[in-house]
Amino acid sequence: MNCSTPSFRGEIAKLPLLEIDSLAVDYRTSRGTVHAVNDVSFFLEKGETLGLAGESGSGKSTLGLSIIRLVPYPGVIGGGQIKIDGRDIVALPEHEMQTFRGTKVAYVFQDPMISLNPVKKIGAHFVELIRTHEPNVSKKEAFERAKTVLKNLGIQPERINDYPHQFSGGMRQRIMIGLAIALNPDLVIADEPTTALDVIVQAKILDLLESLRKAYQMALILISHDLSIILERCDKIIVMYAGHMVEYADGTELHGRPAHPYTQKLLQSIPNIELSDQKLTAIPGSPPDMLNPPNGCRFWPRCSCTMEICRVKEPLLISIGRNHLVKCFLYGEKGVQSE
Amino acid sequence: MGLRSYVITRVLLTIPTLLLLLTMVFLVMRVLPGDPVSLHFEKKADPLQMEQMRHLLGMDKPLWAQYFDYIAGLVDVNYFSAHGYPNLGKSMQSFEEVGGQVFSAFPATLELAIYSMIIASALGIPLGVIASKSYNSVLDHLIRGFGTVTYAVPVFFLGVILQLIFGVYLHWLPTGLRINPSVVPPPTITGLYTVDSLLQGNFVKFFESSKALILPSLTLGLILSGIFIRLTRTNMLETLRLDFVTAARARGLKDSTVTYGYALRNAFLPILTMVGLQFAMLLGGAILTETTFSWPGLGRYIVQRINFRDYTAIQGAVVMFGLFVALVSLIVDILYAYVDPRIRM
Amino acid sequence: MVRIEMKRSMLARIVPGFTSLVKKGPSGQMVIIGMIIVLALVIMTAMGPWIAPHDPSRSGVGRIRIPPNWQFPLGTNHLGQDVLSRTLCGGSIMLQVSALSVLLCFAIGVPLGLFSSYVGGFVDSAFSLVIDAVYAFPGLVIAIAIAAMLGPGVVNMALSIAVVYIPSYFRIVRSQVLSIKELTYVEAARSVGAKWYTILSRYILPNVVPSIVVVITINFADAILTAAGLTFIGLGVTYDIPDWGWDLTNGRTYISSGAWWIIAFPGLMIILLALGFTLIGEGLSELLNPKLQR
Repeated sequence: MNCSTPSFRGEIAKLPLLEIDSLAVDYRTSRGTVHAVNDVSFFLEKGETLGLAGESGSGKSTLGLSIIRLVPYPGVIGGGQIKIDGRDIVALPEHEMQTFRGTKVAYVFQDPMISLNPVKKIGAHFVELIRTHEPNVSKKEAFERAKTVLKNLGIQPERINDYPHQFSGGMRQRIMIGLAIALNPDLVIADEPTTALDVIVQAKILDLLESLRKAYQMALILISHDLSIILERCDKIIVMYAGHMVEYADGTELHGRPAHPYTQKLLQSIPNIELSDQKLTAIPGSPPDMLNPPNGCRFWPRCSCTMEICRVKEPLLISIGRNHLVKCFLYGEKGVQSE
Repeated sequence: MGLRSYVITRVLLTIPTLLLLLTMVFLVMRVLPGDPVSLHFEKKADPLQMEQMRHLLGMDKPLWAQYFDYIAGLVDVNYFSAHGYPNLGKSMQSFEEVGGQVFSAFPATLELAIYSMIIASALGIPLGVIASKSYNSVLDHLIRGFGTVTYAVPVFFLGVILQLIFGVYLHWLPTGLRINPSVVPPPTITGLYTVDSLLQGNFVKFFESSKALILPSLTLGLILSGIFIRLTRTNMLETLRLDFVTAARARGLKDSTVTYGYALRNAFLPILTMVGLQFAMLLGGAILTETTFSWPGLGRYIVQRINFRDYTAIQGAVVMFGLFVALVSLIVDILYAYVDPRIRM
Repeated sequence: MVRIEMKRSMLARIVPGFTSLVKKGPSGQMVIIGMIIVLALVIMTAMGPWIAPHDPSRSGVGRIRIPPNWQFPLGTNHLGQDVLSRTLCGGSIMLQVSALSVLLCFAIGVPLGLFSSYVGGFVDSAFSLVIDAVYAFPGLVIAIAIAAMLGPGVVNMALSIAVVYIPSYFRIVRSQVLSIKELTYVEAARSVGAKWYTILSRYILPNVVPSIVVVITINFADAILTAAGLTFIGLGVTYDIPDWGWDLTNGRTYISSGAWWIIAFPGLMIILLALGFTLIGEGLSELLNPKLQR
């Protein structure tokens, strides 16, 4: 059951930027405990991009929020380690955690319409952020820096004194991204950053995020239910299902050789304009009730390759190739290490 | 919409609301009972005396003319400038001008209301914030329990208990009247004793009138604080879950900034609206508090007039309450517009 | 299929089993405690005339203002009535007044709200304007004014309280209906030709019921306190009827002489009764608040 730290890390000597080890996040509700994230381990180097894919309720947002330790009530980190620059933040006092947020790790939320304080001007958001983390900066200086950031985002600096409701959704998401990168963090977590936006704006926002990431040499965790976006933009991909990491691979590997039946189904459900007679299939059934998840593999009720063992035993995460992990009995019963 | 045009619209909208309110008061006090004069005498007086009173009060006219007199009296500017109060008709008991009596009783109620409101907000809003911050903890349950119990206590029962403790047993505070009877009240400027005594520079009078205010305003404030706790707590809980609060946390902002600058500032708008509505409830509670503490305000005036079956005086006092509530809700709405940039722009 | 679904959810919302309420945490427990308090007081009042040791309305069963002792466990009041007997029986007036006023409010406020919001247009605006004006007015002032015109008595108290709370029902029903009317499944039902009463009974009522239940419990609590207030200013019942409100009002004069027991017990009863209803109402409103659900 307990899967140790993946062995694919190889012989990298230097400390990774982010290292997550058998992380578990639980929601302790009055009706029972939901294991929203279960035994997740991965690491991320500086400047890398990681995609977290999965349906809603798969635990990908919870995973993202746990990295900045903001899992909403009644969620708690139930076990495991989250190391940023080698430092475990799980037990860090709250005031030290606050210095991490915004400077080391920044977060971009899904809905820009409700992510800004409606009674504060845009400029005030920036000034407040800069001066919280760099108390020596004067108000005027912070204001000037905010204007520069806005310019980089493609927003007229004069609009710094406008209120959030005076901006469109796309503009607001640009501002959110600006707030995220303002202090030049090492890692940006973007949680469905374009889901609430128009299709045309979506690509622009993602391009902006990409160019800023490159310019500032940040690492990015992109969380999305849309596997196609992730395939397009991420080096590494984790596919999550019902709180479990069911597959991990490089982008090209995952696209070319998806191993888990769930990943395969996700890929089949992506429309592709180059294939005119493509057969699009939806995944039958719906995600499990997380209060009473099925025994064995959590995907078996919806899987087309269910075997007897899937109903009773939970598969281990096994390696089936270079940097390719999968949690499925199709690739061996005991988790035979093929490498 | 600009702030100015919003304010103008809001003021204009008050006029039909007020007219409606005045009409309803007229319906309840004049039309519904049939004949207030015979009600006043419990049908025991001789017809000539009743006829005389009807004539004196203008109740021998047809109803529509009475209604016209009633509305016209209220907007009669000449009368107002001559007397310093609007024409609310004459008392059935003493045939004095109701307007004068109501206006002289009003400052006492206003003073009580203001101080009660201060106590209720000073107690209720911070406690509500604390409860929401420690959601579902023991502290939250305690504060919530306090709020629920204060809501269920009859105002006058609490008043009597406070009188018993601080007045009868401890002799710390006076249990009635606006100022110690041996002290001459300050000259009337605003009518609020605490303000007037300060304006006069007389600290003895200020001290005495403040002392008299403590128990009544504490009684009413405590009762009201329960509602404030509940409103603040619920609104804070809702606001603390919103994305912009989480987003602020994710930027590493200080807990105090997030709680006050983000959550409370946004929860404040609905709280403000609710406070405006609670003002009406406060005035209801003021009637009972004033009676408990022999506080010579509008509430005690009404209760005394009920005993005399002085229906024209009751009507005048009810109208005064209505005008006051309409004014408060107008002020609250304008404040709201001022605080919320979405309206202000 | 849809109908079965709706019925089940309606049942699950109105008659939640005690076990499921306990599981819902503090708010559910508040509801249960409130229900127990109210039930206990209702039973006590109903049994009062049989279990009371003395005739609660007879004065002079003992000397006046005797402190609690073996013969009179809660003492006697200023008329020499037995406080225990009056405390046991004294809830009936408040319960009658509040139940009657809730019934009146419900019978008038709910249909009016449904009608007004369903018809919409000018009728709705006119109704809303009047109702809002009443709603914004101090409730106790209205109740006092009406009760002063009607004179003392149970029915008159109930009537004057009802006028104050009809707007609460009207407003909650109206706002719910307005939001439900726009929901897709209601539009769908209408588009396939469902009759208005079908839409009303199957779609709108089940959704409105939870909020109305909350308003009813809060109305009960307020009605009890308002009835006590009306009694306090002399618009209640007379001395020969046992009533907590009357005891509290008339006993307070004697408190300076140290006779605390005359008002303590009826006062406590009023607080308990109002608290019971408040607990139910507050617990339910938190359970049903969609913005606080996870």
